[in-house]
Amino acid sequence: MLDILKSPIVTFQEFILLAGRATTNIIRRPFYASDVILQMDTIGVGSLPITILIGFFSGAVMALQMSRALSQYGATGQVGQITAITLVREMGPVLTALLVAGRNASGIASELGSMKVTEQIDAMRALGTDPVKKLVTPRLIATCFTLPLLTIVADFIGIIGGYLVAVPLLALTTSSQYWNNAWRALEYNDIAQGLLKPLVFAYIISLVGCLYGIRTTGGTQGVGRATTQAVVVASVWIFVCTFLITRVFVNL
Amino acid sequence: MPRAATERTCVLRLENISLSFDEESKVLDNVSLEMWTGDTKIILGAAGAGKTVMFKVALGLLRPTSGRIYLFGEDVTDYGENRWFDVRARIGVLFQEGGLFDSLTIEENVAYPLVNRYHKTADEVHPEVEESLQFVELGHTLEKFPSELSGGMRRRVGIARAGISDPDLLLYDSPTAGLDPITANNIMALIIQEREMRNATSAIISHRFQDGHIMANFRYNPESKRLEQIPDDSPLRRGTRFVVMREGRIVFEGSERELDASADPYIAKFSMMRSAH
Repeated sequence: MLDILKSPIVTFQEFILLAGRATTNIIRRPFYASDVILQMDTIGVGSLPITILIGFFSGAVMALQMSRALSQYGATGQVGQITAITLVREMGPVLTALLVAGRNASGIASELGSMKVTEQIDAMRALGTDPVKKLVTPRLIATCFTLPLLTIVADFIGIIGGYLVAVPLLALTTSSQYWNNAWRALEYNDIAQGLLKPLVFAYIISLVGCLYGIRTTGGTQGVGRATTQAVVVASVWIFVCTFLITRVFVNL
Repeated sequence: MPRAATERTCVLRLENISLSFDEESKVLDNVSLEMWTGDTKIILGAAGAGKTVMFKVALGLLRPTSGRIYLFGEDVTDYGENRWFDVRARIGVLFQEGGLFDSLTIEENVAYPLVNRYHKTADEVHPEVEESLQFVELGHTLEKFPSELSGGMRRRVGIARAGISDPDLLLYDSPTAGLDPITANNIMALIIQEREMRNATSAIISHRFQDGHIMANFRYNPESKRLEQIPDDSPLRRGTRFVVMREGRIVFEGSERELDASADPYIAKFSMMRSAH
C-alpha cells in the first residue's frame, strides 16, 4: 500500500522543491533576461491566436446555451451578465490554462526532456550553469506574466463573442443592455479570482512541464512519456486548483 | 614539447564509491580510483558497466550513496551545487554525444565556458574560440548549429569546448562511440594532441580497445605535427593505466602489458593484442 503512495509523494516533494528553487532564483543573479523574453514570445505571443479563437467561441457558445434557458424565464436581458461572470470567474482562466498546458507544458517537457537525454543538462551543470536558473526560472516568469494577460484577452474576446450571438444574431437583448449588464455584473471578487487563478495555473503549467522534462529517463521514448504525463498532470491539477480557489472565494 | 616535470599532486581520488538508484542493484560498487598530475587513465568496460556513472560522480553530477570524492586535494563529496561549479571550472568534459546545446551556434557552444564563467563577451572570446575550432579543423563552422554537423564533427566541437578553458583534468566519455574507424582515429589523434598541448591529466572512457592502445603508445610531436611512438622509458608511458570495469566494479587496473597478460576472459576482451588473434 505504502509503495503505491511513494512515487506520487516523491514527485510532489520534487515539485515543491523545484517551485521553491525556481521562485527564489527570480531575485538571484545571474538573470537570464533574453531567455525570459524568448519564452514570453513562445508561450505568450505563440498562444495568442488560439486563445482568441477559443475565447471567442466559448463566449459565443455560452450565449447560445443561455438563450434557450433564459427565454424560458423571460430573462434574456441577463445574457451579458451570465456570459461575463462565467467567463471571468471560470471559463476564461481554465480554458486558457488548459490550452497553454496542452501547448506549452508539453513543449517545455519535450524540450527539457530532449536536453536531458542528450546530456545537455549535465553539460550545462558541468559548464557552471544551474539548469533551474537557466531553464526553469525563465519559463516560470514567462508563464506567470503571460498567462494572466492571455486570460484577460480570452475573457474580453469571449464577451464580444457572447455579444455577437446575443445581439446581432439572436436579438436577445440590446447592445447597451448587454454591455451594461456585463460590466455591472463583475465585482472585485470576480476579477480577483479571475486573475489569481491564471497565476496559480502558470506555476502548475511551467513547473510540471519542467519537472517532467528534467526527470526524463530512457531515451526518446522517455521524452514522449514525459510529455504526455506533463499535460495530463498539469490539466488535472488545474481542475483541482480551480475548485479549491473557487471554494475559498465563494465564501468571501 | 615534452611533458613538463611538474610536481605530482593527486588530481582525482575516488574512495570506496558506491551508488545505487534502487535497493536491488548497485550501479557502482565500492569503486576506488586515483589520478595524479599527468596521468592518463583508459577506462574500458562493456555497456552498463558503470563507466559513465563514475564520470558523473567525479563531476558531482550524481551523488554517491557512500564513499568520498577528492578533487585537486579537496574533499568535495558534500559540496553544494554552487561550490561544485568552482571545482568543475577546472575540469573539461566531453559527453557521450558531444553534449552540445542545440539552440546555440557552434561558436556560442565553444565560447560557453568562457562567457558563462568569466563573464566575458562573445567578441572578447572570439579569437580563442576560433583558435580552438581551428585546432579541431572546424574553423569554418562558427555560424552553424550542432544539428547541421555530422556525429564526428560534433564530437570534435565537444573536444574544442572541453579544452577551451584550459582545464587541469580532461574527461572524455566515449569519444569514438558509433564512429567509423577513420573518424575514430582522427578523434583519438586530437585527444592525444590536446593531452600534450594542454599538459592536462586525462581520462577516457571507451569500448574500443584500439583507443586505449593509441593513447598508451603514441604522443603528439608538435614539430613534425604527427603522432609518434612513446619511448619505453617515458614517464607518459608509466602514467598511462588501463582500468576495466564490470557490473559497477573495477576488475582490473594496470599497464597495457598487464592487460595483455590477464588470464580473465572478460578483461582479455579489451586487450588489443589478444583481440587481434
